[in-house]
Amino acid sequence: MSAAFVRMETLPPRAAPFAATGLWGWFARRLFATPADIAMTIIGFAAFVLVAMPLFRFLVFDAIWTGKDRDACLNAAGACWPFVAAKLNQFVYGFYPYEELWRPNLVFFVGALLLIPLLIPSAPFKRFNAFLFFGIYPVAGFVLLTGGNLDPQRFLLGRFVRIPEFIDLSAIARFIGVSGHVELGSRGGFRGTFWIDFIASAILLTGAVAIIARLFGTRFVTSLKAMAIVFVSLALIIAPVDADFGLRWVETREWGGLLVTLVVAITGIVAALPIGVLLALGRRSQMRLVRWTSIVFIEFWRGVPLITVLFFATYMLPLFLPGGASIERLVRALIGVALFSGAYMAEVVRGGLAAVPKHQYESAAALGLGYWKTMGLIVLPQALTHVIPGIVNNFIGLFKDTTLVQIVAILDLLGQVRSAFSDPNWSSPTTLYTGFAFAGMIYFVFCFAMSRYSLFLEHRAGSNALRVEGAMR
Amino acid sequence: MTDVPVRREKLKSSWIFRPGVRSAVIQILLVALVVLIGWFIYRTTRQNIITQRIPIGFDFFWIESGFSISQTLISFNENNTYARAFLVGLLNTLFVSALGVLFATVIGFLVGIGRLSQNWIIARLCGGYVELIRNLPLLFQILFWYLAVLAALPGPRQSFTFFGDIFINNRGILMPKPMFGDGIGIVAAVAAAGILLSIVMTALARRYRVQTGTALKTWPFSLLLIVVAPLFVFFFLKVGVTVDRPELKGFNFNGGLRIIPEFLALLIALSTYTAGFIAEIVRAGILAVPRGQTEAARALGLRRSKLLQLVVVPQAMRVIVPPLTSQYLNLFKNSSLAVSIGYPDLVSVFAGTTLNNTGQAIEILGITMLVYLVISLVISFVMNIYNRRIALRER
Repeated sequence: MSAAFVRMETLPPRAAPFAATGLWGWFARRLFATPADIAMTIIGFAAFVLVAMPLFRFLVFDAIWTGKDRDACLNAAGACWPFVAAKLNQFVYGFYPYEELWRPNLVFFVGALLLIPLLIPSAPFKRFNAFLFFGIYPVAGFVLLTGGNLDPQRFLLGRFVRIPEFIDLSAIARFIGVSGHVELGSRGGFRGTFWIDFIASAILLTGAVAIIARLFGTRFVTSLKAMAIVFVSLALIIAPVDADFGLRWVETREWGGLLVTLVVAITGIVAALPIGVLLALGRRSQMRLVRWTSIVFIEFWRGVPLITVLFFATYMLPLFLPGGASIERLVRALIGVALFSGAYMAEVVRGGLAAVPKHQYESAAALGLGYWKTMGLIVLPQALTHVIPGIVNNFIGLFKDTTLVQIVAILDLLGQVRSAFSDPNWSSPTTLYTGFAFAGMIYFVFCFAMSRYSLFLEHRAGSNALRVEGAMR
Repeated sequence: MTDVPVRREKLKSSWIFRPGVRSAVIQILLVALVVLIGWFIYRTTRQNIITQRIPIGFDFFWIESGFSISQTLISFNENNTYARAFLVGLLNTLFVSALGVLFATVIGFLVGIGRLSQNWIIARLCGGYVELIRNLPLLFQILFWYLAVLAALPGPRQSFTFFGDIFINNRGILMPKPMFGDGIGIVAAVAAAGILLSIVMTALARRYRVQTGTALKTWPFSLLLIVVAPLFVFFFLKVGVTVDRPELKGFNFNGGLRIIPEFLALLIALSTYTAGFIAEIVRAGILAVPRGQTEAARALGLRRSKLLQLVVVPQAMRVIVPPLTSQYLNLFKNSSLAVSIGYPDLVSVFAGTTLNNTGQAIEILGITMLVYLVISLVISFVMNIYNRRIALRER
């Protein structure tokens, strides 16, 4: 019996049908799969062309690129870029005095220099870098932008007792060479009464705290160390602000444009972090009153619109402060923004705290760590790393929300662009659209870059988590 | 063997170290601090109010406002009180928020599903929309629609005209206004009762289906109750309807129903902006439904519409609803940006004009913030209940 033919090897796979592979297959699958798909493709393509072509022509082909004033743009069918070029300083710095522009420029430059390595996960010296950015940079930036030399009068003790000025510290400072300029009346150098007040208050407070803490079982040395850190850092913040670097005082009324946008957004987020951490810890506290205080605070600020917060800061805050204490418009807005974004930050941080596994708390307790050490050394570092993308997203929201300050008459980037529309020197049919195009591009570039960065971090965190999980198995 | 003296250290433990005592002390300190700050603010504020001669109290509510409002849902003129102005503003806020939520949801779901489309160009367009909308400030978008789009429309005499009776120009949209005769209230009542009845009926039918497995057809009865019955009453009572058409008189239009450009700009910006965020939520929700669910439903032989309706959407909704709620709340709070273009919402009318006229910042801002707070809390409370109802019950 002869065996029937038996195939000894498998057949090679047949080639895929023509309509399923290559460019043609892709077209067939992704653009022309069904009649409805064909219709949608045509409509979608038409919509894209109808929007993109005129936009591109407006921005590039029909745009006017050179010119001195509105005459160049009177008959333009496209963007009037000379308008942006002429107003660029205003858009970026507001009415910051021209000869002092190096100051905001330096602040921008140093900020970028410190921020970029902070954002790159693999860059070294993270701790030091973060200290520079969150500790030194705000103070330096404040001094550079305002001019510093604030000349504080009293600290704490001085509110109750009169401090005799028996040593003129400003004379000593002048002798060392710290302060040379005395420009604006009473402003100038270190003020002796303030620093005597400061030192006396520091000693008294430290003593009082150390004695009370001793009753609760904290050793003298520990509380002395803690209080020393508090007062030395306070002094390190106040001293440069008080010192006279010979910089001209620039009122915040003169600030504007992108400078204000960045100042509000960055101050808001930097101030929001500590507020948010404290509120989040409070909200997860075992102590009922602490928890409820935090919940009420958080939900209050999250339940009202930012506009009303800014109105509150503009109209009500001055009433809350003792008579005569007037704070500048921008500072008032900053306080409102800080409280507002602090509440939102609290919810972000709370999410991170919830994500820290329970055994981390338990191990910390087993090691004998107290509450603050558990939180500061074990829980918060993990929680905050978890929520960095959330913080970045929060920052994007805040960056967009800074536009609202123009409603309380602070001219941010959008506000400056808007106010430039009414300049008769540049009134032309396309000025308005050019301004919107410019402002829109700036906002888009900033926000888009940040959102991509946050996505990158999320993916990184995701792949890290996978790797850790894999290692544990 | 000698006795080794056992050194017994007395453990330092005093009442002061007990956690309960500590937490009590901390909480007392916190309360003291809050009270102290409150007292300080109260004292300085009272001092400031006295020295600056600011009137206090809520008497201003009953003063004639002396201004008029460009869009009102209830009648309002200069002789009406500030209290009525407050009500007008609040209603305008709620009106634009409700419409905004509606449109944002529709656009958001369309775009979110569109992003997942097999069709490359549709997915790309929807993605582009989301990126563009989400990365531009809302205020920018409101001003753009108001100043660059709606203000750039031609004047009344060169209006775009649709169907002969609808005019679009830089004064807004004008359209015929239906004027109903007497008895329209009864028709509305019948319609409302019909809606209520059909909700009850659907719920009963649903319960019946859950218990017995037999699905009952309810929609013909709903149609009867909601559409046919009111129409019947309408014609039976001879309510009748006349139309008030807008007419060009000189340089402007008279009559008709006018939708002001401030409202349009705010509504368009709010709905498209929030839709960008809703789209992302919807996309994430749909992607969160495991593939196996779809495959299992197919294996059971469900049609595509049934598959979406019975398997995918109910599971996606569990993921979608909580963030959707916060988007609705955001839209509601963002409607306060109306003040930037002068749409008469609560902030614009009350915290703007009324505050400027009376100078009573504390009362007015306090009330305004309280209103937003209460409404936000109510919305999130209601949505939490809904959320609990649809949440997965693990058995």
